[in-house]
Order: sequence, then structure tokens, then C-alpha cells
Amino acid sequence: MTLTADLVIASAVAYVGLLFLVAFLGDRHTRNRDGGFLRSPFVYTLSISVYCTSWTFYGAVGSAARNGLEFVTIYLGPTLVFVGWWFILRRLVRISHDQRITSIADLLSSRFGKSNRLAVLVTVLAVIAIAPYIALQLKAVTSSIEAIAGSSEFGRGSLEGWDEVGLAFGVAAGMAVFTILFGTRNVDAKEQHHGVVAAIALEAVVKLTALIAVGLSVLYISGGFEAIYTRAAEAGLSIHATETFGDRWVASMLLAASAIICLPRQFQVAVVENSDESHLRTASWAFPAYMLAMSLFIVPIALHGLTVMPAGSNPDMFTLTLPLAAGHDGLALFAFIGGFSSATSMIILESIALSIMVSNHIVVPIMLRLTANEGIGDGQGVRRLILNARRLSIVLILLLGFSYFYLTRASDALAPIGLISFTGVAQFLPAILAALFWRDASAKAAIAAILIGFLVWVWSSFMPSFASSSPAVAAIMAEGPFGVAWLRPQALFGLERLDPLAHAVFWSLFLNTTVLIVGSLISSQSALEHVQAAVFLNVLRNAPGDTGPLRGSATADDLFLVARRVLGHQRAVDLFSEEAKQTGMPWTSLEPSPAFIHRLERELAGSVGAASAHVMLSKVVSGDAVSLEEVMQMADETQQAIEHSQALERASAQLRATAEKLEVANRQLRRVDQQKDEFLSQVSHEVRTPMTAIRAFSEILLTEADLDEESRRKFVNTIHKESLRLTSLLDEILDLSALERGERVWENRPIDAEESLDQALHVCDALALRSGTAIRTGPRAASAPVLADPDRLGQVLINLISNAIKYNDADSPEVEIRSRVEGGDYIVEVADNGIGIPEEERPRIFEKFYRGRLGESAPYAGAGLGLPISREIVTRMKGRLELVGGLERGACFRVTLPLSPERETAPHDRVGTPA
Amino acid sequence: MAIDILIAEDEPSILEALTFVLGRAGWSVRTVTDGEAVIGAVRREEPRVLVLDIMLPKRSGFEVLKQIRANAATRALPVLVLTAKGQQQDRQIAEELGADSFVTKPYANADVVDAVRALLGKPAALERQ
Repeated sequence: MTLTADLVIASAVAYVGLLFLVAFLGDRHTRNRDGGFLRSPFVYTLSISVYCTSWTFYGAVGSAARNGLEFVTIYLGPTLVFVGWWFILRRLVRISHDQRITSIADLLSSRFGKSNRLAVLVTVLAVIAIAPYIALQLKAVTSSIEAIAGSSEFGRGSLEGWDEVGLAFGVAAGMAVFTILFGTRNVDAKEQHHGVVAAIALEAVVKLTALIAVGLSVLYISGGFEAIYTRAAEAGLSIHATETFGDRWVASMLLAASAIICLPRQFQVAVVENSDESHLRTASWAFPAYMLAMSLFIVPIALHGLTVMPAGSNPDMFTLTLPLAAGHDGLALFAFIGGFSSATSMIILESIALSIMVSNHIVVPIMLRLTANEGIGDGQGVRRLILNARRLSIVLILLLGFSYFYLTRASDALAPIGLISFTGVAQFLPAILAALFWRDASAKAAIAAILIGFLVWVWSSFMPSFASSSPAVAAIMAEGPFGVAWLRPQALFGLERLDPLAHAVFWSLFLNTTVLIVGSLISSQSALEHVQAAVFLNVLRNAPGDTGPLRGSATADDLFLVARRVLGHQRAVDLFSEEAKQTGMPWTSLEPSPAFIHRLERELAGSVGAASAHVMLSKVVSGDAVSLEEVMQMADETQQAIEHSQALERASAQLRATAEKLEVANRQLRRVDQQKDEFLSQVSHEVRTPMTAIRAFSEILLTEADLDEESRRKFVNTIHKESLRLTSLLDEILDLSALERGERVWENRPIDAEESLDQALHVCDALALRSGTAIRTGPRAASAPVLADPDRLGQVLINLISNAIKYNDADSPEVEIRSRVEGGDYIVEVADNGIGIPEEERPRIFEKFYRGRLGESAPYAGAGLGLPISREIVTRMKGRLELVGGLERGACFRVTLPLSPERETAPHDRVGTPA
Repeated sequence: MAIDILIAEDEPSILEALTFVLGRAGWSVRTVTDGEAVIGAVRREEPRVLVLDIMLPKRSGFEVLKQIRANAATRALPVLVLTAKGQQQDRQIAEELGADSFVTKPYANADVVDAVRALLGKPAALERQ
């Protein structure tokens, strides 16, 4: 078999077809079976190995051949980061999951107050910084094809007439098509390109196997490590570190460490595509192990190549040219596919990652601004627009890469180009670290820091790479702009002795970090930044999903419209249906809760980035301006949560207290109402009874003509008696209610209460006589000067005495009356020897219409108003009426009245107030 | 010797008027003035009609009525209940307990006489089965 360009190109296309199939199957696999082995930590690790590009595959050998062990730093940096994953990577992954971060620009924008300006800056700078890196891949692929084409007489085949540039352009165009087919089928970056990751993992296996195969064949051909080293030593070659741990070492190690975080594609695979945080644990050893395997044969290949290949051969291509030279065409093709794998995986992922950033942070915001007032378009509008934006960015990114390749094609080495990109993206590192660990870092400072770092990078790292193709640049390099020597790109501020790489890294990162720190200290954060800073810093403490800076209200319809445009119809319907199910409301009348709006924002953020999602929802959610004010007030998310819960607690305690008070008031009202009903019912009953008798007898008198005179007299008497009863009942009712309302007015004047008692006894004599009750008079006070109304006092005493007589069921009923003066009080006691008042009735005997057990059956039962009226009267005389323990049995009522100080001169005391 | 009517009423005046009016109509009348006495009197006197007041001392008219309806011997006894106007609930309860007829106080004497006559003329036992 003879290798020709046609054959390798055909193989490459076939290989791409295979990758595409893998990606397709991978997508279907994860869709059908929830991930399966594609979500294993090893696939994750292999996908991270996209770090090893053709720079590693080809360039490391070249680097080893040129600069000794320096290439090792490119592996050491990431190893440090992954071994120490607990420190940074874990946080990054946690935050990105919580906040649905889609890219590195999104991460920084989100942390610094969802600043779109920062997102745009990071995106633009990333696209610029990555251009050399893309160019590197184009160059590697082109060179490898050229190497094969040049290896035999008819090698060029149909490439005849194509120069290196045309070939590179063809490669770039092919890559663009391939990436578009691969990466822009889904919109939601969080839906994670499982298919792509599967293809990348396969490529990782292919490139590792290819490199090891080449290494083994080199060992076989040359007879083992020993032989290689011996022969190299004989040829005067040595790959020992010349300047181990010099400034260049430190610089490139630092760059490699930052690249594993800051490179858009590394962020994409390590953070965004991560489906399980615990995968980091496996990757922390598996990824360094992979890199170790990749680097195992680099030195032997380099040494062997330097030894056997003709002088002037490009050491970058040893991996390919050694098998070719040895006539192992099959192995050479495998090596080519390995290198091609490295390049394609890098280009695909890098352009996917960058295109997400471009569409989310530049295209969508512009579109939102253009459509600020009218709607965003019809149903699928945003979706299609985002996809198109991504396709366009992919083309643009590859075009930029190609341009860089075109402008710098004079330079041979691969590694330096890669380091330029590394230095560029490393400018994000200070801001990222600040985002993760420094609460006070501000957006303004971050923007200024990244900008200044980037300017320094452009000046001292990016621009010098054009020196070989541009005399103007070369002049600036030599003498400085306009002859200003201290601005020479590789000797800024007179720092001359450093290696150019270390020089650029030092100045860019030093100024970057300084501006970030000083700027943050002198500038203030916006409210949203403050909140986001807290969210980022507390990410390992807080349960996910408890942050919601966007508050306010919106109708479900408006939200649905936005959601449908961005997420597509089905996803939006799913989301809203789920919410409706949770709240138990039909989703037409759904009132979106802040939690739901927040959730929606995160979902949208998954598609269009945090800043754009925020802007989009802000347009819909009314009161966003207010919400920012609201946010302003929460000095700190945690603090705010605490206050919130305390306020809630207070509010609910108040609510409880109010409810209790209401309950008490309600009970009282019910009781009063019930009492009123009972009173009315009692009155009606009390009135009805005499009325019935009166009516009955009147009718008898009216209808019975032949009644004898005696009956007639008797009936008339009964009518008379009952009407008197009726009258007194009504009087009592009126009297009591007037007393209770304070309408009865009388004058308490100085009287002798003993006289009233005598009169009362006299009145009751007849009643006592009729019922055969003996009235005994106990010890009596001599005289009792009190302030009272004699008639009212008499009424009370008569009521008490007649009760004692009427309700006495003893065989020989007795009533004893005693009075005395005691400690400024006049006391009258009326005691009987009846059955007394049972314990359970005592509290109720002063209630209206309450009649004791005996009272119910007594022949002349009263209305049950006597005692309440008496007590009311005594109270008006500033005295007390109470039931006290009687004789051995029976009841004893006691009236206590204050003695008036001076009988004659005491002023008349007016009691009561007119209504 | 069975009597025609037993009246259970605690108000002396009303009792007197009822006794006079019903006696005047030609029926033999006995009276009790509290709830406890009713059952004994019913058993003893075997009245054909019971005129029962609700607001009775010691045992309410409701309890008495319930007891009468619970006892096989007295179940068929027609009962005229004296209720008060406006005490709609009393009347409802009495109805549920099996009262046959109602007269509302204050009543016309003729109403009571008519009601008693209706109860006496009706073969009550037959109706209840």
C-alpha cells in the first residue's frame, strides 16, 4: 500500500463519519436509557483529555526535540489542578450546576452581577485568544497531510496544485461543516452534548493508542530505550532540561494549570458536561494517568527522530514521519488518524464552547435589544436564531483561526502558538479565582483587570507572533512603538532579561491581578453582584436552588411565551405542566411563584446564559426595578434569609395571637348572643304563662252564662292576680334592664337601715303567717346610718325574706334575721333552715331567670329576677349581696352596706347617671 | 275506672282553667303538676288522652313523652302537647317524639276542646298500627 494524500483524506473523512455515528448513537443511547455507560467517570475523564490536542500529539515531540523536558510542564500544570480538584474544580462544578452556567463567560457574568458587559468582553477575548490555538490545529493537520503527500512520488494525488494555505483552508472549512453538524442540533447547553462527548472520548482512546503504537514501534526499530539513549548520546544529542525550573518553566506550568480551567473547551467538558460531581474524584487520578501515558514515549520518539531523520526535518512531525521512513504505512496512517483525532476533537469542542458564548452573550442580547418593544418573534424564533448564531460563530471562529494561520505561517513550531493562546485565556484566571473565593471582588474591577491583562497579552504575546510576517511588528519589537524603548513588547518597563513567554505571563497576570484587587477595593458592588457573590461563596453550604434575585410578578401566559420561544414548545409545556401539578392549579390560572420564576430563569440560563435569561425575564416579570431595590436591601443573601425567617416567625406569632384574641372575642360574642336568646325565650315564657291563664278565664267568663257567682268571683280574682303578676313581671324586667344600663336614678340619702329592715319584716309577716314559717330575730344592730334609698333597700330585704319563706321546704320552716355593725359596715343576714342551695347552683343564683330546683315547683314561683335585681340595687348602694354559709343546713344571704360617716351632715349621694 | 283526660301542667291558674273547661265539656279530668307524677298517673288512671305541658318541673314534657312512647302499655295513648308560641324547636322535638296534636299558648279554650275531642274520637290505637 502506498500512502497518498487522497488516501489519508479519504481515511479522515471515513473517520469523521465514524465519529458522527458514535455521536449519533451516543445521543440516542443517553436519551433512551438515562445515560448508561456514557455517564461513567471514565468517559468523563476521556473527554477531558481533549486537553491533549495535536500540539501534544505532534508538538510535544517537537518541543522535546527543541527545548528538552519543558514539554512536561504542559502536563504538570493540569495534574496539579486535578489532584487538587477538591479546591477549585469541585466549586466550579457545583456552582455551574446550581446556576446552570453554560460557559466561562457565563460563569464570570453570573458572579459579577449577571453583567452582560463582562460576558461580552470575555467572549470576544476568548475568541481572539483561541484563534492561534485553532490555527495550531489547522497547521498540524495540514502539515501531517503534507508530510504524507511529500513522502512519495505520487503522494500529492488530487492535491496537486494545492498549496499549504489552500489545504489549511479546506481543512478549516471541513472542520466547520463537521462541527456544525455535530454541535448545533440542540439549543440547551445544559442538555449536555452526550453524543459529542462520546465521540471525543473515542478520539481520546484513538490518539493515545496511536501515540503508544508509534512509540512502541520506535522502541522496536531502535532496539529499546537503552539503544535510543546510547545512540543519541553518540550523536551528541541530549534531552535534559537545560533550564529546569527556570522562569519559563514556572510560566508554562502556571499557564497549563490555568488553561485546564480557563480554556472554553476545558470548561465545557470538565464543568458544563459534567453530569455527576463525583466523577471529579475519578478524573483526579485518571486524567493525570492519561497524560502520563501520552507523554511516556515523547522523549524516545524525539531522540530517535533527531538521530535517524535527516537534518532539517520538522521535529513536530516525527510521530508521523518516523513510521513513514520505516515503511510502516499502516502505522503512519494510524498515527495520522491519531493526530487528526487530537485536532478534530479540540476544534469541535472549542468551537462549540465559543459558539455558545457568542450566541448567548452577544447575539441574543443584541436581538433582545433590537426587539425591546415588539415581541421577539414567532414561536420557534429564538431557537432558530440561537442555532443560526452558533453556526455562524463556528464559521467565524474557524475563519479567525485560519487567518491567524495564514498570517503566521512562516513559523514552524507548534508549541509556542499554543502557549500564546494559553497566556490569553489565563487572563480569566484571576477573575475566576476571585469569583470563587473573594466576596468583595467587583464587576468593574473584573472588567478592567481582564481588559488590561488582555492588552498586555496582545502587546507582548499575540502581536510578536506576527513578527515573522510583518516588518512593522518586527520594528516595534526591536525599538518599541515610536522608539519608546520601555514599551517594547518583550521588554516592558525595562524588564529585559526574562524569557519572552515568562515576560508576557508576568506582566499580563501581574497587572491583571493588581487591577482586580485594587479596583475591587476602591469600587463598590451592585446589589445583584452582592447577592451573586454570596451565592458563589456559599455554594458548598447552601442547598441548591434557594436563591432568587428576580422577584416580582408575571402572568403565566407571558412567561410561557418567553419559555416557549427559548426552550421550544414541548419543554415549556412540560415545565409549566409540572408546576401546575405541583401547585394544584390549572396552568391557565397559574400564578407563577418567585421560586418558579427563578427556576425558569435557570432553565433559560441553560439556553441563553445567565445574563440574557435575566434580561429576558426582567422584561416579562413586572416590577423588576423594584426587585433590584429589594435586592439592594438584602445586604447578604444569608442575612436576608435569616431576617426573612425571623420576620415570618414574628408575623405568624402575631397572627396566632390575633387569632386567639379573635377566638376569645368570638366565644364571648356567642355567649352573649346565646344569653340574649335565652333571656328573650325566658321573658316570652314568663309572659305567656299569666297571659294564658287570663285568656282562658276571660273566655270562660264570656262563654259560660250559667256560672255560679262564687266561681265567677274566683275566676275574676285569678284574672286579677295573674294580671298583677304580669305587671310586676314586666316591671321587674324593665327595672332590671334599666338598672343594668344605669338608667334608674335615685338618691342615696342618709337613713337608718334598721328601720328599713323593720318595715320589710312587717311586710313579710302575713306571708310568713300564711306559710307557717317562724321568723326569728337574732341579734340586731342598734342603729345603722347608711346612704341608701329606703324604698330600694326595703325591696331588697323583702325579696330576701320572702324568698327565705317561699322556698323553705322544712317541716317546721324557720327564717332568722340578724344584723350588726362591723368595721364600718352594716351587715344584715337572712338565713333559713330549708334544704339550702346545692353547691352546683350557687354560682348561678344571681343570674336572670335562674330558679333553683325548689323554685321550679313552688306554687308561686317568681320569674327568677328577684336576686339579680337585688344584687344590682345593693351594688348601687356601694354594698354587696352574697350567699354565705347558712346554719347547719339552709341558705344564708348577706347584705353588706358601708356605714355613712355622719348621719345628718352627710351630703346626698346621687347614684347612677341618667341615660 | 278509666278517666277521659289527664292534664300535666304546673301553673295553677292554667291548670284550673283547663280543668274547668274540659270538665265543662263533659269529660272526666285528673291532674298532675310535675313530670315525675305523669307516668304513675297514666298507669293508674288509664286516661284516654294526655294533655302535656312541656315546661314541667322535675321532668320535662319531652322526657315524659319519650317514656310514654317507649312503654308498650302506653305507646298508643294520644298526647296533646301544650307548647309556647315562637318555640318552634319545642314543637319539632315533640313531633319527633310522637306527639299527636299541639295547642299553642295562649290558646282559645275552644281550640283545646276541639283538639281533645279529635283525639278522643279517633281510634288512636288503630291509627298507630
